[in-house]
Amino acid sequence: MQSTHGGGSPALSGMLAPLEPSPPVDRIAAEERAQSLAKRSIKKSAKVAGLRLAIQMMDLTTLEGSDSRGKVSALCMKARSPSPGDHGIPSCAAVCVYPNLVPIAKEALAGSSVKVASVATAFPSGLSALSVRLDDTRRAVDAGADEIDMVIDRGAFLSGEHARVADEIAAVKEACGDAHLKVILETGELGSYDNVRRASDLAMYSGADFIKTSTGKIQPAATPPVTLVMLEAIRDFYFATGRRIGMKPAGGIRTAKQALHYLVLVKETLGDAWLHPDLFRLGASTLLNDVLMQLKKEESGAYQGDEYFTKD
Amino acid sequence: MTIKLVEEKALMGQDRRRAERRLDFGHAWDYAPAPEGTDHVRLASRYDLFIDGRFEPPGAGRYFETINPATEARLAEVADADERDVDRAVAAARRAYDQVWARMAPLERGKYIYRIARVIQERARELAVVESLDGGKPIKESRDFDVPTAAAHFFYYAGWADKLRYAFPGHAVRPLGVAGQVIPWNFPLLMAAWKIAPALACGNTVVLKPAETTPLTALLLAEIIQEADLPPGVVNIITGAGKTGAALVGHPGVDKVAFTGSTAVGKHIQRALAGTGKRMTMELGGKAANIVFADAPIDQAVEGVISGIFFNQGHVCCAGSRLLLEEGVHDTFVRKLRDRMATLRVGDPLDKNTDVGAINSKMQLEKIRELVASGEEEGAERFSAPCELPERGYFFAPTIFTGVAQSHRIAREEIFGPVLSVLTFRTDAEAVEKANNTFYGLSAGVWSNKGARLFKMASQLEAGVVWGNTYNKFDPSSPFGGYKESGFGREGGRQGLAAYLVVE
Amino acid sequence: MTQRRQVGSDRRRPAAELEPSEQLGVAGPARLGVKKTWKLFLGGAFVRSESGRYLVTADGNDNYPHASRKDARDAVKAAQGALSGWAGRSGYNRGQILYRLAEVMEGRREELMESLERGGASAARSEVDAAIDRAVSHAGWCDKLQSLLASSNPVAGPHFGFSIPEPIGVVAIAAPDRPTLLGLVGSICPVIVSGNVAVVVVSESDPRTTLVFAECLATSDMPGGVVNLLTGPRQELLTPLAKHMAVRALDLWNVAGELAVSLERDAADNVKRVSRREADESAWFDAERGAALTGIERFVETKTVWHPMGA
Repeated sequence: MQSTHGGGSPALSGMLAPLEPSPPVDRIAAEERAQSLAKRSIKKSAKVAGLRLAIQMMDLTTLEGSDSRGKVSALCMKARSPSPGDHGIPSCAAVCVYPNLVPIAKEALAGSSVKVASVATAFPSGLSALSVRLDDTRRAVDAGADEIDMVIDRGAFLSGEHARVADEIAAVKEACGDAHLKVILETGELGSYDNVRRASDLAMYSGADFIKTSTGKIQPAATPPVTLVMLEAIRDFYFATGRRIGMKPAGGIRTAKQALHYLVLVKETLGDAWLHPDLFRLGASTLLNDVLMQLKKEESGAYQGDEYFTKD
Repeated sequence: MTIKLVEEKALMGQDRRRAERRLDFGHAWDYAPAPEGTDHVRLASRYDLFIDGRFEPPGAGRYFETINPATEARLAEVADADERDVDRAVAAARRAYDQVWARMAPLERGKYIYRIARVIQERARELAVVESLDGGKPIKESRDFDVPTAAAHFFYYAGWADKLRYAFPGHAVRPLGVAGQVIPWNFPLLMAAWKIAPALACGNTVVLKPAETTPLTALLLAEIIQEADLPPGVVNIITGAGKTGAALVGHPGVDKVAFTGSTAVGKHIQRALAGTGKRMTMELGGKAANIVFADAPIDQAVEGVISGIFFNQGHVCCAGSRLLLEEGVHDTFVRKLRDRMATLRVGDPLDKNTDVGAINSKMQLEKIRELVASGEEEGAERFSAPCELPERGYFFAPTIFTGVAQSHRIAREEIFGPVLSVLTFRTDAEAVEKANNTFYGLSAGVWSNKGARLFKMASQLEAGVVWGNTYNKFDPSSPFGGYKESGFGREGGRQGLAAYLVVE
Repeated sequence: MTQRRQVGSDRRRPAAELEPSEQLGVAGPARLGVKKTWKLFLGGAFVRSESGRYLVTADGNDNYPHASRKDARDAVKAAQGALSGWAGRSGYNRGQILYRLAEVMEGRREELMESLERGGASAARSEVDAAIDRAVSHAGWCDKLQSLLASSNPVAGPHFGFSIPEPIGVVAIAAPDRPTLLGLVGSICPVIVSGNVAVVVVSESDPRTTLVFAECLATSDMPGGVVNLLTGPRQELLTPLAKHMAVRALDLWNVAGELAVSLERDAADNVKRVSRREADESAWFDAERGAALTGIERFVETKTVWHPMGA
C-alpha cells in the first residue's frame, strides 16, 4: 500500500509548485489541540461579533433530491436577509445548490452580495467520467455560479492514484474559468488525518481556491480536528507559495457554539487575514437559526424559542 | 553568467517575498474578558496550623501574608510554624500512627482516602479558583489539570490500601511511620495529593508543609480532611518558610522525608539527613530536552514544545526547557513557534482564556529576568511573545532564545520560567549526547514519526520520563521521578508505593 | 619477608603433603613455588596500585595493593567505559555471562576455598558453594527482573504508557568484611544484573579471595570494567568514591558511625542513591533473601515512556 504522505512527488501536470511529501499528523495531539481550542470562552461582545462574522461566512446550503424552485428561492431570501426586520444582521456569504438550480438562485439573489455556489462534478460521489464532471462544472459556471464545490475521487485517492486526483482537480479548475473552486475532500471517507493532510496539499497545489471538508452526505462530516489539520496545511502552503487558500468546513455544523469554535480555530491558526468570508466559509443548512437565536438572546438577555425564527 | 545573475536576482526576490509572508494575529476578532466567578470562594482572613485534626494558632503567634501574584493583593495570612509547632505536629502524627492509622483495617483506610477524593471533586471549582488566586496559574489549568489530577491521585492510591501485599509479591510490607513532606509552589494541591495519598494508603501518617507562597489550597485540603472525618493527627498541615521545612525534615520523630523542590535544597536536605537512617524521596529540578526530528508531526510537535515550556508559566520541573531541533527543520520550526507564541494569551489567571498566568513570586520573576539577561549577554538571540503584560503583578512574556550553545547558562541552568532555549543537532547520536549532557535527568521529549527511532532514543535518554510525540502527560498510575541530580524515588503507580513501605 | 615468600602459594599445605624432595631439601625445596602477585582488578586488567604502596595480609603471608584515590578514580573510569556495553546487552546475554562466571568459579572451587583463610575447610566449602549458587541465582534474574519490575500503566487517556527498570550507572560497593567471598559475590550480583557497573571496595580484613574471584571474572566472558575490585582501607577508598560525581549510587554494607555520616553527606553532592545496610555473616547464607528481587530493585531507575495511540 502506498504511503500517502512520504511517497515522493507524483509528476503532475499543471501543478503550481513541486509537491513535497506531506508531514505526518499525530491524531491524538491534533485532537487535543482542537479540543483545547474548544475551551475558549466566547462571551458577550466577542460572542456577538463572532456570530455576526459566522453569518457573513455562511454558505447556506440545500442539497436534497427534493430541492425545488420554491425551496431555493426561500433559502435565497433567508441568505439575503437572515432576520427580516432586523437590519443589523448581515447577509450570508453564499447559497449552495445543485447545478440545475443555479439559475433560480442567481435570479433570487440578483442585486445582493450573496454569491451562488454550486456543487458540481457528479456530486456527491464524484464517480462519473471526467468528461461528465467537467461538463457538469461548465454548465454550472455558464448558468452563473460564482463558486464551484467539486468532490475529489476518493477511490482514486485511497488507491494511491494521487497524480490522477491532482490532474482532475487541475482540469476542473480550468473548467471553472473565473469561478472560484472549492475542493471537497470528503474527509469522512479518507480514514486518517495523514490522508486529510495529503489530500489538502494535492488540492492546493492543483489549483483549489478553497478546500472543503465534506459533502454533508457522509458521516463524520466536518470536525474541528479535521478542520485544524486543513488549516495547518493552508498555513504551510501560504508560507511555501504566498497564496492564501480558503477553508470551508461543511456538514454537521448546527449550533452557534460550534460555529464559534471553528472561528477560534481560524483565529488561532491562521490569524486575522482568514477571518473573512473570502477565506473562510461555513457550509450549513440549519446553523443559521441557532446563530440568530443566540444573537437575539445576547441582545435581549432571554433564551429564545425556535417558533420566533423563520424555518425555510 | 548573465543568466546566473538573473537567476540569483530572482532568487533574492523570492527570498524577499518569502520573508514578507507572515500571519497577523491581531484584533479582527477579539475575545472579551471571561473571568471565572469567585463568589463561591470563601477565604478566611487568617489560617492557623492544622494539627491533630484541629486548626491551632502557632505557638509563637507569628503569621505571614500570602498574596495574589497577579495583583500583589493580600489574600490571607497564615501561621508561621516554629520548631515547637513542628514538634506538636510530629507528635500528633506519631500518636495517630501508633494508635489508629497503622492498626486500621486496610480497606477502612482506603475508604477514608476515597472520601477525600470525593470531597475534592465536590469542591473542585473552589479549589481551582483558590489555586489560581494564590499561585498565579491560569484557571483553565487549575480547573482542567491540577484539581482533577489531585482527586485522581487520591482515588488511585485509595484503592491500593488493601492490596499492598500484591504490590511486592513474596515480600511482607509494613508502613514506615511518620512522613515529613515538603512541597513546592508550582502545583500546590497536586503535589500535596502526590505526597499524602500514597503515604496514607501505605499506613503512614503525615506532616505536610506547603510552600510559603502557595499555602491556601493545602489549608483547604485540611478542611476537606476534616470534612472526610479522617482520624485526628493522620494528616497534619503546617505552614511556614524554609526554616519550618528544615525543622520538619530534621525532626527525629520523622521516619521518612519526601521532598519536591530545587536540586540545591534537595542536596541540602540529603546532606543534613546523612547517617540518620531516614528514608528519603527527592523530586528535584530538571532541564529537559525536547527533541524534534524533521520527520516529526511538525504542527503537533510545535504544540508539544509550546505546552512543554509554557504550561504553568514554565514553573514545571519537567518543563521541556531545551529544544533540540534537527538542523533541517530549524528555521521552519522556529517560525512556527513564534507564530504560535503570538497567540498565547498572557494575563489574568482567572480569565478562562488565559494561557500563561502570573509568575509565582517576585523572587522567581527576578530569577527569570536575571537568567534571561545572561542569555542576551552570552549572545543568544531573544524573541519574546508580542503580548501586553498587566501593569500590576508578576508577569513575564513567553520567550525563546535561538542560537543557544550548550555552554550558555540558559542551556544548563533550570530557569523555572517561560523561557525556552533552542539548539540544533544533526544526528540521533548527537541529539542523545546533547540531551544527556546535563546533571539533571527528569524528563525528555522525542518527536519523530519513526517508531524504531523513538524507542531507541527513549532507551538512550537518561530521564525518568520520556514523552514520545507528546509532552507533560501525568497520571496517578504512571511512575514519575528523576535520574541523576533530578532526584530519586518514584511517585505514582505501583512503584510509588515503595517510597512509603518497608519491604521485607 | 623472604621467609614468607618462600612458603608462597603452598601456604596451606601441611608438611606431610610435600614432596619428599621438598622435605629433604637441605638447601631449600628442589622447586621453588611460583608466587602470585596480588593486584587490583580494573577494567578487566590486573594492575598494581598507581601509588606503589602495598599492605600485608593479616596472616602476614601476602602483600596486596594499597589502592589509592587515583586507583579509585581509574576504577570509576573503567566502569564508566563499560557501562553502555553492559547495559546494552540483552538480559539473556548478561545471564549467560553470569552463569559462565558460576561455571568458572566452580572450576576454581579449590582455589577459592584455599583463598578463604578462616574457619577451616568445611566453612570455606560452604561459603564457596553459596557464592557460586548466588551467582547462578542472579544469572537467572537478568532476563526476568524487567518483567517483574516493569509495568504497563493504565493511564486515563489515549496514550500507551509503560515503565521499565534501567541501570543507574556506576555503583560503588563497600563489600562486607565477612563472609569475604559470599559477601563480594552477593553484593556485586544484585547490582550488575540490571546493567549497572560496579566499583567494589573489598573486604579489608581478608582481601586475598578477591584476586581469585577476579581471575574468575577475567576468564568468564565478563566484559572488562563491569566489575572493578579495589583493595585497601575502606575509609580511604570510599570517601573519594562517595565524592566522585560520576558515581551514581553507593551500596554500603556494614558501614556505620562517622564514616557512614560522612559518606552519606558526600553522596549528596550529586544526589547519589545511597543504600546502607547491616548484615551479619550468617545472613548472607540465606539463599532466598540473598537473591531477592528487592535487592536488585534498589539499584534500578524506573523510566516511564508515554506515546499516543491513534493513527
